[in-house]
Amino acid sequence: MSPSAAARQIDPPANGLPSHAGIYHYDQVDRDFLKERVEQFRRQVARRLAGELTEDEFKPLRLMNGLYLQLHAYMLRIAVPYGILTSRQVRQFGRIARQYDKGFGHFTTRQNLQFNWIKLVDVPAILDLLAEVDMHAIQTSGNCIRNVTSDQFAGVASDEVVDPRHYAEVLRQWSTLHPEFSFLPRKFKIAITGSSADRAAICIHDVGLIAKRDAEGAVGFEVYVGGGLGRTPFIAKKLRDFLPEDELIAYLEAVLRVYNAYGRRDNIYKARIKILVHELGIDAFRDEVEAEFARMPVAQYRLEPAILDGIRARFAGQPYEALEPISGVLARARLEDQAFNRWVRTNVAAHRQPGYAIATITLKPAGGIPGDVSADQMDAIADLADRYSFGEIRVTHEQNLVLAHVRQDDLPALWTALADIGFGEANSGLITDIIACPGLDYCALANARSIPLAQRISERFADLDRQHDIGELKIKISGCINACGHHHVGHIGILGVDKKGVEAYQLTLGGSAAEVGAIGDILGPALSADETLDAIDAVVGIYLDRRQDGERFLDTLARIGHTPFKDKVYAAH
Amino acid sequence: MARVTDAPKVVTANRLQDGAVVWLTAAGTWSTRVADAQVQTEAPEAETALGIARASAARQEVVEPYAVDVAVEATGPRPLKTREWIRAAGPSIDAIPTAA
Repeated sequence: MSPSAAARQIDPPANGLPSHAGIYHYDQVDRDFLKERVEQFRRQVARRLAGELTEDEFKPLRLMNGLYLQLHAYMLRIAVPYGILTSRQVRQFGRIARQYDKGFGHFTTRQNLQFNWIKLVDVPAILDLLAEVDMHAIQTSGNCIRNVTSDQFAGVASDEVVDPRHYAEVLRQWSTLHPEFSFLPRKFKIAITGSSADRAAICIHDVGLIAKRDAEGAVGFEVYVGGGLGRTPFIAKKLRDFLPEDELIAYLEAVLRVYNAYGRRDNIYKARIKILVHELGIDAFRDEVEAEFARMPVAQYRLEPAILDGIRARFAGQPYEALEPISGVLARARLEDQAFNRWVRTNVAAHRQPGYAIATITLKPAGGIPGDVSADQMDAIADLADRYSFGEIRVTHEQNLVLAHVRQDDLPALWTALADIGFGEANSGLITDIIACPGLDYCALANARSIPLAQRISERFADLDRQHDIGELKIKISGCINACGHHHVGHIGILGVDKKGVEAYQLTLGGSAAEVGAIGDILGPALSADETLDAIDAVVGIYLDRRQDGERFLDTLARIGHTPFKDKVYAAH
Repeated sequence: MARVTDAPKVVTANRLQDGAVVWLTAAGTWSTRVADAQVQTEAPEAETALGIARASAARQEVVEPYAVDVAVEATGPRPLKTREWIRAAGPSIDAIPTAA
């Protein structure tokens, strides 16, 4: 470590959490609650193991603590509030991975972490370890308001209008164990961003919020509702153009009440709010919400400035140094090392603080498993976060990690260290930066495997020259129609299906979860895994042949339509 | 509802304590090796085996037992469906990520 880097090391506070990481810092009330919650579940597990609770009785209890039973073992899904972690929390993941799993964890499209090889008897001890670092698995399952997700660049993005983290924390506190909304018709997912670029995929959430400012500078929210994937995908519709800040909770309470009252409970496939919004129509749904809102004692729900100030105060600021906007060290390194320069082009984003940058760590090495991180890699990333990013790590919905506060001068050293642990790939947003659900290798719901296909695509397109020539192209793979791999909104989406007992894959083209969301169109009949690989090659080939100057894949597709792609893919069929 | 087939069957479940995939043996015990599973070729025998498994579930030893279609090979029963052979053999991928 260089002397300057050593000087920037963060002294851990008494609880061991890095003091400048941009998380909400718990107090004793929070910690006492978590301790009680773990003890409660410890007793429930003991009663289950003693035969005092049947599986039917125990299942809803374990799901309320993020514990699923999958193909090979129990799976524990841990909540990462709006995707922000401290280095100590990541090290604790590593400890749990070594002690109680098979030495790795899996970051998900919900910005959470899953352990795939958990034993029921170990879960209370694991929850103890999580509670030690202010973490838990609440709101990661069940028909409640799930862990709120957000922009991984929150608070640091150069294009940000409003920092969404404080509102995400408000929503977390409001929604956690909310008695009225703990048994909704189905799960309910909220995403929030505060930037013009949507990195939080708000268009595919039950409620999507864009924090913004009016002409006078007051904060409010553009509110979207009824987005979602699964077997009936919908892009969210706008409910309000500008919801005043102080009405945020009251209005969402009204939305949830309407959903709770009218959402279907007789058919699990029609129970999400997207179906209600679709069947009522957005105008009628809005009328219902506004009527409920008008009946509510709004003052009781008002989000007072003092409350927000209190929450903001619990987020540590980062003691940035006063730096020149452009780093000479970075500029020279980019000139001297083309591989590094390429990584900067794809994996580094502009920071609002002069002299700093945002670095994305793509968890997508060539041939690797999207989102998987070994315990050793977790430790190494935690060390790098301490050294270069105030002890803070963020999770993206694209199954990557982010160091959000890196001095531009430190980027060359950071990249070298990431390459040493297998995560130096310059592929953020490129064809190998694939989202893939666990699929049939782990998941009890899946129809087909996702991970091996992702690995083969990654291997086929491993050549970085080719990847960079192709440019932005997002492949998203789901092993079943539940769409955890977001295939509907992949530029190229891949859905695993069971075709008379054989795994097959259906391609969609033209999906997007960006600012203008779109559901992809099915290209044609499902293909074998081998055929799918060739089909992707063919689709990319058509794009490269037909693209015009500056066109991304989606631009060319929009211009020439699906037919040339379909003709090429199915030419041999 | 699962389709009833004439294929030979074995009975499987997940063990309560650790979630491990287990297979019902001829002795009425559970093994983590599919090779140890007792193959039922007749429907009444398969139903009897399921009854044994359900009793085990009622004793809170295993969770959600069910019958699986298999082919009988020299090495033992091989589940026919992809889902079940993955349960029997483990993930088809290298489960532990390694540095490049």
